[in-house]
Amino acid sequence: MSAGTLYRGREGMWSWVAHRVTGVLIFFFLFVHVLDTALVRVSPEAYDDVVATYKTPVVNVMEYGLVAAILFHALNGLRVIAVDFWSKGPRYQKQMLWTVVGVWVVLMAGAFYPVLSHTLHTLFGS
Amino acid sequence: MSAETTPATADDVSLYDVDNPAPVIEAPRKRTKKTPKSTRTNFELYGWLFMRLSGIVLVVLVLGHLLIQLVLDGGVTKIGFAFVAGRWASPFWQAWDLIMLWLAMLHGANGLRTVINDYAERANTRFWLKMLLYTATVFTVLLGTLVIFTFDPNIR
Repeated sequence: MSAGTLYRGREGMWSWVAHRVTGVLIFFFLFVHVLDTALVRVSPEAYDDVVATYKTPVVNVMEYGLVAAILFHALNGLRVIAVDFWSKGPRYQKQMLWTVVGVWVVLMAGAFYPVLSHTLHTLFGS
Repeated sequence: MSAETTPATADDVSLYDVDNPAPVIEAPRKRTKKTPKSTRTNFELYGWLFMRLSGIVLVVLVLGHLLIQLVLDGGVTKIGFAFVAGRWASPFWQAWDLIMLWLAMLHGANGLRTVINDYAERANTRFWLKMLLYTATVFTVLLGTLVIFTFDPNIR
């Protein structure tokens, strides 16, 4: 029998999985991000060169994905805190997850144009 | 070392006497030569608490950072050396970025430590993955701190 059979599925498990996956992705980005920002100590040109990659359409879309990961991790993290410290937290964990998903969808819709406007203007003109 | 099981008997008379003593049950977590004194601390409790406290602060710092860098004022378009120089001219944004760097790196490193402990099954693999993680974390935190403190807008 594999070690995975104890998992119960549904909201509790999948939010935990998503929290892990987004957390690891954000940490790897953070590592790269500190390295690219460190180029301001090399020269303005070196920094502006690497920032130019952040402005390409593919990386710009990845930034939208980064925003998605960070927003979920932040909102679900607040839910985890509520589950741990609020006496009724465990009872309402499912409702809180769907609240997290709802707020996440609204914020992602709101972030769509501002985050991707650079690419939209590059590809379709202003 | 291992406790011998006393053969059970059907009747209710005592199973144990001078010739047939009760099995010795070793105390749990008995100290051995390898672990002469208790190594138990509250480290994991403080780690658990740190994840929640730093998490709350990071929600504000990171979402504020994303708002400034990717949403307001043209999003990613405006970012460049001049933009960084403008922001780091203020001690407020330097402190913001410094606290965010330290909290995010420690929060992320502790999260990844948990992930490694969960999925790396061999002790050796676990050890070396965590050494790699700690090395990368210390390097990144120190590099970032150095960059914030020694930033020179007139480098050219």
